[in-house]
Order: sequence, then structure tokens, then C-alpha cells
Amino acid sequence: MAQPNTHGHESHESHGSVKSYVIGFVLSIVLTIIPLVIVMNDLMARTATFVVIMIAAVLQLLVQLFFFMHLRETEKPRWNVMGLVLGIIILVTVVGGSIWIMEVNKIGY
Amino acid sequence: MAQTVAHKGNHAADHDHGHHDPNDLKVVGFWFFLISDVILFSVLFSTFIVLRNNTAGGPDGKELFELPGVIWETFILLTSSFTSGLATLAMNRGKKSQLIGWLVVTAILGAAFVGLEVNEFVKMVNEGAGFSRSAFLSSFFTLVGTHGLHVSVGLCWMIGLMIQLGRRGITETTKGKVTLISLYWHFLDVIWIFLLTIVYLMGVM
Repeated sequence: MAQPNTHGHESHESHGSVKSYVIGFVLSIVLTIIPLVIVMNDLMARTATFVVIMIAAVLQLLVQLFFFMHLRETEKPRWNVMGLVLGIIILVTVVGGSIWIMEVNKIGY
Repeated sequence: MAQTVAHKGNHAADHDHGHHDPNDLKVVGFWFFLISDVILFSVLFSTFIVLRNNTAGGPDGKELFELPGVIWETFILLTSSFTSGLATLAMNRGKKSQLIGWLVVTAILGAAFVGLEVNEFVKMVNEGAGFSRSAFLSSFFTLVGTHGLHVSVGLCWMIGLMIQLGRRGITETTKGKVTLISLYWHFLDVIWIFLLTIVYLMGVM
């Protein structure tokens, strides 16, 4: 990694290339335009719109993680991946738990 | 004793093979910082989602949000995420002026983003939809403002780094820093995508 030129192929894999950045950029643009078009033109019912734009956002997250942040290309053991999994578990618990308990509160009124 | 030495010798060879760069450790540490930031934002997102309908008779998202400005912000930030990636590519090829050039482009796009966001906030406050108007607006300004603050801090960091790169060139130290700031910048782009989806798009739905 210190001398990217001595291992042409390896450095190509570990730092990404112009090609992978361009693919990532194009994908992220497409994944942004789809939800915008759907919401601005009211193309779908409420629930369907919700599902589609959330899927687009999650795909966009994956594009950024793999094409830009090179999640897969770090050395093993992949502490960052393990940390990220823990972070996502906490995120889902906090967001999901908050929505759940506050919805139950509303019914209580 | 001899065994321990032999073992140690092997170990050192393993390490050499796995090229232990001090920058690699910094990258892992930085990932953990980003993950702690994910937890910070998860709390702010939860607060916003729970309070989004509590407008206290004031304006809601549908009345307040102007999508054209938000769309500009989105594409500006997406492009800046891409250009910060190009900066790291230029760095890996050892091209200092290209690296600084892409960082300048990234910083200008970042500044444009912050400018648009401040403009949006000022407009909302002038319309009487300020931080203290309703629980919805308090949580909105806290969530979106925290992201904007992250971008602003990143901008200051980037400007400092450009000065250091100009003075010292591409060294092991500055290389590590460019890698970290580009990770940070991609991360902020991811947070923005969820802000766009959950706050703005679901707000106008």
C-alpha cells in the first residue's frame, strides 16, 4: 500500500479506480433521481412511495460504502465492518424503538 | 526461550507481510468515530420522526420545504463526494497539484451547500418558522443543522489540510489525513441522502 506503483494490480484494487468512482457516481445520481421523480410527480400511492424511496436510500448507502469508502478492501480482521454492524443494530433499535413506543403512546391518548 | 524467539520472529514476518501502516490503524479509529456519529444521528432522526407531526398549529413540511433548493443541495453534495474521491485517486498517483485542485473543487461545492442551507434556514425563520415555533421545527433545525455543522467543520479541516499539503507535499502524514477527510465527506453524503428521504421527500409527500 505504501508503494502503489510496484503492485499495479493490488493498488488498483485497494484504492479504487477512476472507473469505480465514475460507476459509483452514476449509480448514486440515478438512485437520487428515481425517488425525486416519484415524489414530485406523485407517481405512486403513499405506502409504495415510502417503500421505494427508502430502498433507494439504502442502495445509495451501499453504493457509497462499497464504491467510495472501500468497505470491502480493508485488511482482515475487518474491525470497521464489525463496528458498522454494531452501529446499525443500535440505529435500528433506537429509531425503531422510538417510533414503536411513541405510536403506542398515541393510541393510549 | 528459543521457541519464543522463533515465534516472535515469525510474528514479525507476518506483520511485514500484512504491511502494518500506522495510517491503517488511524483509518480503523476513524471508522469508529463515524460509527459513533451514526449513533448521534440515529437519536436526532428518531426525535424528528416522532415529533414531525407536532406542528403546534404552525406550518408543516409540506408548506415550508422548497424542493428545488433541496435538489440543488443534494446534487452539489453528491458531486463533492465524487470529487473528494478523485482527490484521493490523484494522491495515490502522487500528483500534488491535482490533489489540491480536487480538494479545492470539493471545498467550493461544500461551501455552496452550506450557503444554500443557511439561505433556506434564514428564509424559514423570516417566515416565522423558527427553531422555537413548534416541536417539529425544533427537531428539524437540530437534525439538519447538526449535519450542516458537520459539513462546515469538514470545510475548515479541508482548508487546513490544503495549506499543509501546499507546504509539505504528499507525505505519509498528509496521505493519512486526505484518506480520513474523504471518508468523512462520503459519510456526510450518506447522512444527507437519509435527510433528503426522511425529512424532505416524506415531508412533502
